[in-house]
Amino acid sequence: MPNLKVLKNRIASVKSTRKITKAMQMVAAAKLRRAQEAAEAGRPYAERFNAVMAQLAGGVSGDSGPKLLVGNGSNQTHLLVVMTAERGLCGGFNGNIAKLARVAANKLLAEGKTVKILTVGKKGREALKRELGSHFIGHVDLSEVKKLGYDNAATIAQDLLTRFDAGEFDVAKIFYSTFQSVISQTPTEQQIIPADFSHVEVGEQSTVYDYEPGEEAILADLLPRAVATQIFSALLENGASEQGARMSAMDNATRNAGDMIDKLTIQYNRSRQAVITNELIEIISGAEAL
Amino acid sequence: MAEMMQFDLVSPERRLTSVQASEVQIPGAEGDFTAMALHAPVITTLRPGVLKVVTASGTEEYLVTGGFAEVGAAGTSVLAERAFAKADVTPELLEDLIKEANLQRDASNTDMAAKYADDLVAASTQISG
Repeated sequence: MPNLKVLKNRIASVKSTRKITKAMQMVAAAKLRRAQEAAEAGRPYAERFNAVMAQLAGGVSGDSGPKLLVGNGSNQTHLLVVMTAERGLCGGFNGNIAKLARVAANKLLAEGKTVKILTVGKKGREALKRELGSHFIGHVDLSEVKKLGYDNAATIAQDLLTRFDAGEFDVAKIFYSTFQSVISQTPTEQQIIPADFSHVEVGEQSTVYDYEPGEEAILADLLPRAVATQIFSALLENGASEQGARMSAMDNATRNAGDMIDKLTIQYNRSRQAVITNELIEIISGAEAL
Repeated sequence: MAEMMQFDLVSPERRLTSVQASEVQIPGAEGDFTAMALHAPVITTLRPGVLKVVTASGTEEYLVTGGFAEVGAAGTSVLAERAFAKADVTPELLEDLIKEANLQRDASNTDMAAKYADDLVAASTQISG
């Protein structure tokens, strides 16, 4: 029979764990609201931007377009941008993104392609380090960033574009988690260079726009921004997903701790009762013996 | 009363305004122009400048640093890289923006960066003047 004191200590420790997870859950809930608001505020821009881009891209014929749109003709070196959180304790959030990236990387490697990995967020880096550490070419640390801004995305995009211009890679993909709801986040893979707007629904092509300056000049101006915009919306989605994942993970942990406390308390009471009964038996049998 | 059209000004981080406007003065890359209802559909890039929106309740001014504008049958939308309402534009903010642009110009030494810096200076005098 476990010692009473040991049980009591264990109950106290589980209780304090429950307090911590409860607090984390509430913090995550508050942050989630903010992250969701940010994601929603960024949506109109991204939607319009993509709609215009899709329209412009649709007008470009054949291989004559800018490199960012049609690619540089090669498909050998792939850059995977893996975006994860800076912190753990958020359920399978980081793991799922890392897993998706790992599967994609291994598939590309099996096809004989060169894979380079840029990590955004510490957790993904840690998760991929052992297996794919030799493919890392850089890391973006966002742990100091309190509120995600467009500037963060613009910096990452600038880095990507410089590398692309230098011919360091041919295709770039981002890995992040789309926010469906608090309990469901889907790890997503999206190609950003060469830009792919096939998933964007183009409205009716009835209006013919005048382009000023020319169509090509606009496209050349907007494509780098499209990269930044896509990264920005991915970061926002990721932020909301992270908090959602953490919230539900901590909710589960809190509930689990509660169940455990109940169980331990019952065990504790039973043991106490057994000890009392034992003592009584000893006293009674002692008295009888006299 | 002029015919009204839908006008939206959005930046990557938020939607700054969404109103019915009678006319919008847009600092296009190839020159300023005014969009009114039933304007021919145009997509243009922006240079740093001052965006003026005339609504039924008065005129609003915004400082934009770049981006593009889409004038279509459904209305006009401006997707600005960075946009600030006139009330939010402080001398410090302008100073920061100009400093940043100058750094960029010195670093890249291209005509585009130089033009950006010049346009920004012009825009800042216009909005604070």
